Amino acid sequence: MAAKPMDWIAIDQDPRFQALHAKKSRFLWGLMIFSIIYYFALPIGAAYFTDVFKIKVWGPINVGILFALSEFVVAWGIAWIYARRANSEFDAMASELNRVAHTLGGSK
Amino acid sequence: MNVARRISPFIALALASTTAVAADTSAVSDKFRWLTFVVFGVIIGLTMYVTYLAARRVKSASQFYAAGRSVTGIQNGWAIAGDYLSAASFLGIAGLISLYGYDGFMYSVGWLVAYITVLLVIAEPCRNIGKYTLGDILAFRNDPKSAKTVAAISTITVSIFYLTAQMVGGGVLVKTLVGIDYEISVMVVGVLMLAYVLFGGMVATTWVQIIKAVLLVTASILLVVFTWAPYGFSLPGFLQAAVDSVNIQGQVTKLVGDAAKNMTPQELGQRFLEPGLFLKNPIDQISLGMALVLGTAGMPHILMRFFTVPTAKDARVSVIWAMGIIGGFYVLTLFLGLGSAINVGQAEITRIDKGGNMAGPLLAQFLGGGPESMLGNLFLAFVAAVAFATIVAVVAGLVLASASAMSHDIWVGVVRGEKATQDEEVRAARISSILVGVLAIAIGILAKGQNVAHLVALAFAVAASGNLPCVLMTLYWRKCNTGGIVAGMIIGSLTAIGLVLVSPNMTYPSIVRPAQEKIIKAADEKIAVLNSELSAAGAEERAKLETALAAQEKTRKVAQDTIAKLGDDTTSLVGLEKPLFELKNPGLISIPLGFLAVIIGSLLYRDKRADDMWDELYVRQNTGINAEGATAH
Repeated sequence: MAAKPMDWIAIDQDPRFQALHAKKSRFLWGLMIFSIIYYFALPIGAAYFTDVFKIKVWGPINVGILFALSEFVVAWGIAWIYARRANSEFDAMASELNRVAHTLGGSK
Repeated sequence: MNVARRISPFIALALASTTAVAADTSAVSDKFRWLTFVVFGVIIGLTMYVTYLAARRVKSASQFYAAGRSVTGIQNGWAIAGDYLSAASFLGIAGLISLYGYDGFMYSVGWLVAYITVLLVIAEPCRNIGKYTLGDILAFRNDPKSAKTVAAISTITVSIFYLTAQMVGGGVLVKTLVGIDYEISVMVVGVLMLAYVLFGGMVATTWVQIIKAVLLVTASILLVVFTWAPYGFSLPGFLQAAVDSVNIQGQVTKLVGDAAKNMTPQELGQRFLEPGLFLKNPIDQISLGMALVLGTAGMPHILMRFFTVPTAKDARVSVIWAMGIIGGFYVLTLFLGLGSAINVGQAEITRIDKGGNMAGPLLAQFLGGGPESMLGNLFLAFVAAVAFATIVAVVAGLVLASASAMSHDIWVGVVRGEKATQDEEVRAARISSILVGVLAIAIGILAKGQNVAHLVALAFAVAASGNLPCVLMTLYWRKCNTGGIVAGMIIGSLTAIGLVLVSPNMTYPSIVRPAQEKIIKAADEKIAVLNSELSAAGAEERAKLETALAAQEKTRKVAQDTIAKLGDDTTSLVGLEKPLFELKNPGLISIPLGFLAVIIGSLLYRDKRADDMWDELYVRQNTGINAEGATAH
């Protein structure tokens, strides 16, 4: 490992880390909660809103089939949104912290 | 060369097994069996060559457990897909769609959504702070010996449940597809998998999984192109063909019973594309959904895959690729399942396997030109070989995960107090692999004929109730500590297992026996009626009546066999007359309990180390500072 021990408390309290932490937490848990709600809407809808699922939209294609297919699109969409944000923003913030980490805190 | 010499007996055994052929019903006719073995041989040869190349590289612990962290994100994405798409999802979901339509497709969704949890909150933090195993993640801030002990026990438990389902399912599958004896197919799977893990460690396991995933996706795309092309690649056109299909209309008539009388053929066909033919209990589905969405992220063999890439960013890339491959594959199964229902028909699909597992393989045979054609059987052989590669690849990942828990967590971490040399650790890992491998073969043979399908759901439930709460809380909650980890692991896992033991998954003789006796009585009455009709029937009616008679006699025989299997038992495995818990999936109860146990355990226990290490853990899991890097190779 590194020759000089890191001052983890100092890094934790650094405004740059706090900014990363705040942005990431809000974004990730928001996406997580949305995806769970969207997923469970499928079995709940199929069980309690069966009549809606049966409505034909395009030839034999009904709301249920479109909703099930949309689950795939939404899952991929979440992956895409997350990757874009992480690649453009979180990675840069993390690598900046990596660069300055050993200079933060007291010279222990 | 040494390795090649050591591997050759395995190849010899694999080939020798091809001569032992059982006479039972199988998808491949005797005439074309040789073709299957040629395709099997080519795929086994390819994976063995990869193992041979890998074996020269695997000298250090990092190589054995984590392929030297030199797997790229894209490669790892394919390997995750190869690790995850077990025979159950490959053949099982296509089968469910072919038999029950919409519900089968809906069932597949949760298996993809599970990866959102992995992507957002698990993969990158675990890559940043972990080393080789689940135990390493939990030991970061908690007492290492306690954390590694509970993590290893849980890893081995989850892996053995999953492994048993794979070994038994795989044995039955190979027997059904090509007619090799059950015991021999279990042994061939076990020995091959052991050869990959033992000599090639994670390097070979990764490549076997990549090869399998590429084969699986290629096969599925080809089948879908052939299935869909006649309808001009139109989605409504294809689904309309499903609605118009006499097979599907007949299947719906069978499933909905009396309600079918007032329905037009078009309505019957359309009903197949609507929910409710298979999944009847929404609460049970939500419970299963929770186990999938949270359990996948707690599966030790999936977690382990994230240690094979050099950085957290590669871990992210690998989950995104895996989601693309896995999701794309499930969309393809919609076409495979419906295509098989339209072209092959449910009667033929269930003739060979009641659960519908043969829907995909039989569709392949049909598309190539049918059971009597050379091309049809070549297609079937290819799909069968992919199924075989699937079982071997999944089992190899599971064996590697439990062997790592034994050697890295228990032997090196707990027994030797982290004071083992590289050579000793690799040796311990190989010995553990042999132990787990032999155990897997033994369990596979002993569990012959048992109903093990619910073990997959149980493995996910244990991972979701024990592992995931512990991993999530140690990564994200400051107050989490050793007390919480130990309590969460034990209470979460035991609740999940306990609830399954008293659930409708188990066999209850006092319920099964009367139900089967009723079936026999009904069959007897129908046989009597048919016999009297037969004596009065004309020549053209005779054939039809005789078929009906044979079907009734078969039903009667199955019911009798089921009763015979119960023996003298009057209660279930744990001594119950009827289930105490009404859900098949325990997640709804056991997952919240697992989280609660982590919270209460942490609050009741004082652990200075967990508190002191929090800042380091939280900074490192977010930034990747000081993360384990790639090793030179």
